[in-house]
Amino acid sequence: MPQSSVAAVTISADGRSVRVPAGVTVAAALLDLGTSAFRRSVSGEPRAPLCGMGTCYECRVTIDGVAHRRACLVTVAEGMHVTTADGAEEAPA
Amino acid sequence: MSTVAADVVVVGAGPAGIAAAVRATEAKRRVVVLDEAPNVGGQIWRHRSVGTLGADARTWIDRLSRTNAEVRRGVAVVDVIVGGEAGDITVVAERHLGGVDVIRTPALIIATGARERFVPFPGWTLPGVTGIGGAQALLKQGATFRGKRVVIAGTGPLILPVAASLTDAGARVVVVAEQAPFQAVRDFALSLLTHPETLLQAAIYRLAFLRTPYAMGTWVTSASGTDQLAGVAVANARTAWSLPCDLLCTGYGLVPNVDMARFVGCTTADGAVAVDERQATSVPGIFAAGEVTGIGGVGLAVAEGEIAGAATAGAARIDPSLARRRQALRVVARRMERAFALRQELRSLARDDTVICRCEDVGRAAIASFADSRQAKLYARAGMGACQGRVCGPALELLFGWQPGTVRSPLEPARLSTLSTAALAGAASSAADPSAGS
Repeated sequence: MPQSSVAAVTISADGRSVRVPAGVTVAAALLDLGTSAFRRSVSGEPRAPLCGMGTCYECRVTIDGVAHRRACLVTVAEGMHVTTADGAEEAPA
Repeated sequence: MSTVAADVVVVGAGPAGIAAAVRATEAKRRVVVLDEAPNVGGQIWRHRSVGTLGADARTWIDRLSRTNAEVRRGVAVVDVIVGGEAGDITVVAERHLGGVDVIRTPALIIATGARERFVPFPGWTLPGVTGIGGAQALLKQGATFRGKRVVIAGTGPLILPVAASLTDAGARVVVVAEQAPFQAVRDFALSLLTHPETLLQAAIYRLAFLRTPYAMGTWVTSASGTDQLAGVAVANARTAWSLPCDLLCTGYGLVPNVDMARFVGCTTADGAVAVDERQATSVPGIFAAGEVTGIGGVGLAVAEGEIAGAATAGAARIDPSLARRRQALRVVARRMERAFALRQELRSLARDDTVICRCEDVGRAAIASFADSRQAKLYARAGMGACQGRVCGPALELLFGWQPGTVRSPLEPARLSTLSTAALAGAASSAADPSAGS
């Protein structure tokens, strides 16, 4: 992700603290962090955003403890905790 | 939960929903607009900063912001309860990160737009395979595809702006494959001579990715990679070849999002909501505008939205210039549908083990012997998952000729607390209690 003068927020992605541009969606942020598996399908395949508009549910991740959030519909926010399918369990706060 | 009353509820804040909301508020109606996305604009006017939008989009979004319409973003409508008496409609919506909204209204405008049609082929579930509109949406959401080798394969005019913007964003678009044959695309382009501004726009997009071959009569047959896309196989009528890539954008036209309209009992025809001259559906108090009434593009969506918004506000007559524009654009839409009709070869790309239903990982062989989509859902779980058949439904129709099954609530996967609120709202509606909720 290019570091520039645009405003940034800090989120936790799979337990890793990262700076991402403000205003981007969780899906965009995760893609730029190199995330391949947003979720695992019922047979264990890695899945990532397909439709980008909330229809396909392939980008489901856990956001601030709420499971099955569509990453393409949620904008990143300061202090947000995001966990993907393969993400390390976050230590309790 | 918060319960509010409105004169008009608009579901969908794309061009049709925005135009409808503007027109209805101009007629002094209290309007609530609901949309799943973090920003208004829908897909075609998606933006993070309005400064990046074209003049038309900016004008409408600005007009909406100057009205007193209440725009609720980041909410998904999970239930619509139509009461026994005409004009008694309750809309239940869940906020993505918590909370439920219940809105009672005599008039509902369904402006839910369209989604992409996906054709299953081996490898289409790999990370790195997105829709064409999907890639555009992710780019506008802030994803950077700089330096990525991109193949775009699908059909229709949407390919052009997406190829142009990915190129502008620094991606290396290596080939653009349009499944429609050259003659069909040429004839459609010639038919647009009556709409020179559209042709000019297409030419401007094409100039932006002029170094990339635009191969007509060409389609992707499979994608390969282990946990991530690594390459694609491409074919035309004469030959087939493979090439490496990091991103495959694929989509085969658009499908109207008719689920909500079908759920409340609106009549549909050819996969789109049927409407009359006033954009009224077959259900009293419920109107529909934009792509949900048939794929026709942003200009048609705005015209339909304006007409629907005025109609909910009781306009006695339809603005004749809007009606003319609507008619002319519907003619273009029908030509487009014919020109980009899907070729037979696309129906046989999926192999026995190719996943058709991505939510439940149901392969082709597991459902091919069934008689219809209802059987495939009941016995093999195809269409049973989170997307509720929105992705596999059109694929089942293409592959097997099956019509979509019944739509049930919740319209989107929802939390139990939301469902209990929806049940309470439904009970309140059937009791016809005007003080329901709070």
